[in-house]
Amino acid sequence: MKVLVPVKRVIDYNIKPRVKADGSGVETAGVKMSMNPFDEIAVEEAVRLKEKGVVSEIVAVSIGEPKAQDTLRTAMAMGADRSILVETDVVTEPLSVAKVLKALVEKEKPDLIILGKQAIDDDMNATGQMLAGLLGRPQATFASRVEVADGAVTVTREIDGGSQTVKLALPAIITADLRLNEPRYASLPNIMKARKKPMEKITPADLGVDMTPRLSVVSVAEPPERKAGIKLDSAAELVSRLRNEAKVI
Amino acid sequence: MTVLVYLDHEGGAIRQASRSAIAAASQLGDVDVLVTGPDAADAAKSAAAIPGVKKVLQVTDTTGSSELAEPVAALLADLASGYSHILAASSATAKNVLPRTAALLDVQPIPDIVAINDADTFVRPIYAGSALATVKSADAKKIITVRASSFDPVASEGGNAVIEDVALPAGPGGSTFVATELSKSERPELESARVVVSGGNGMLNEENFKLLEPLADRLGAAIGASRAAVDKGFVSNEYQVGQTGKIVAPELYIAMGISGQIQHLAGMKDSKVIVAVNKDPEAPIFQVADYGIVGDLFTILPQLEAELDKAG
Repeated sequence: MKVLVPVKRVIDYNIKPRVKADGSGVETAGVKMSMNPFDEIAVEEAVRLKEKGVVSEIVAVSIGEPKAQDTLRTAMAMGADRSILVETDVVTEPLSVAKVLKALVEKEKPDLIILGKQAIDDDMNATGQMLAGLLGRPQATFASRVEVADGAVTVTREIDGGSQTVKLALPAIITADLRLNEPRYASLPNIMKARKKPMEKITPADLGVDMTPRLSVVSVAEPPERKAGIKLDSAAELVSRLRNEAKVI
Repeated sequence: MTVLVYLDHEGGAIRQASRSAIAAASQLGDVDVLVTGPDAADAAKSAAAIPGVKKVLQVTDTTGSSELAEPVAALLADLASGYSHILAASSATAKNVLPRTAALLDVQPIPDIVAINDADTFVRPIYAGSALATVKSADAKKIITVRASSFDPVASEGGNAVIEDVALPAGPGGSTFVATELSKSERPELESARVVVSGGNGMLNEENFKLLEPLADRLGAAIGASRAAVDKGFVSNEYQVGQTGKIVAPELYIAMGISGQIQHLAGMKDSKVIVAVNKDPEAPIFQVADYGIVGDLFTILPQLEAELDKAG
């Protein structure tokens, strides 16, 4: 069984994003970049399925600038067998990314596609669902548990106030939520090994996909800043302030 | 222009977040709504009473199909021809369904909007709220989810809309609904709680973390945690508040022993009132806290409970 895992290169989750002075976007030059944390969970799940003997091949994909190959190397150091870089300097949106992935799915014919539920840069939470829609295949978003058996996958999903279980015929699309697993750190020998794993480079044009964004950014601004409040000396004063001043209890 | 709002309901009662989505939709045009599920008939009656709603479309379904994204996304795509915009509150359900609908319509969705500038232009947070992006859509139809805390909900009574039945299409198949398990916790959900009490590294261990429970019970609060507390195993990661966890905006957020790493602040800084208790006076959490107490939380926590009991 083959798994396709799309991964995105984003500003590291520990770095505070800075809005560019001209308000055109968020500064990424000279900023530490990492694999989107939810995509790490997706890669980890694929690797665990391979370790269980359910999966035979893991293909990592990234769509973006040439540096996204670092992210693919990370995926391969975690356990992906090979990777595909779809190079573009156009701003990626879930719709255009889903179209690229659809073309790759038709070429690679994976049984499962596991994605992070959301990228922590644009916070769209849409690519997996859109890919499933374009392919006309079943989807299970926000997965916290994945079990593959007898040509189907049973997924426990996080929903508001609890969980839901769905069973999907393969091929299917899964998006990973936080509770699915804890991703491993790539070991040094595996990082070295990943350098030798194959990486194919193509462009959206090779796949016949038009990347033109549908959303144009009018401006990007800092949110209104919170001011530091006051320090209090006692629990009694706090309760009094919360009751009489802030009126929240 | 007419706008379709896909409503979330619980046992027939329309969720407040969905009434906020109706408020947002009203800024764009006339409002029709869609309700689905086994209790759709009750939900439709509740929806028809919401002022400003012109028409309620109901799908009564007892097979579990309406729990699945595939047929509901197909239904919304079928209905889309009559509407300029399709909206829903940003819930797990809407996030599951609407992007799929958007793909079927060849539209790029616009999630989590916090303001509407005009029919094509919307403001939405990116980087977990570290920046606000104003985006203009070139798509003929807009598929939008609404961050409920940014729009005051419309009233729940006073309207008198017509109700129409619609049928759920079969969808592409391949998916089967198995079960839903709602958590039995007496506490409110983290993301919709009015008060959140969160613990961090300063709670020291799993045993101590439980000391937050009486305070949370006293305030009717949900319990949250920082990533540090989750990473150290004090609580499971469903409690995590932050960029990679839950994003919360309660009326009152109490941070106990949380230093205030960027990734945590991203998940809670839109709270109305923030209280921080930390022994380190330089902790970054104090830069966003309305009220701070510098001190040992294990001393302050029982005092806080005693004061709350005293005050009634």
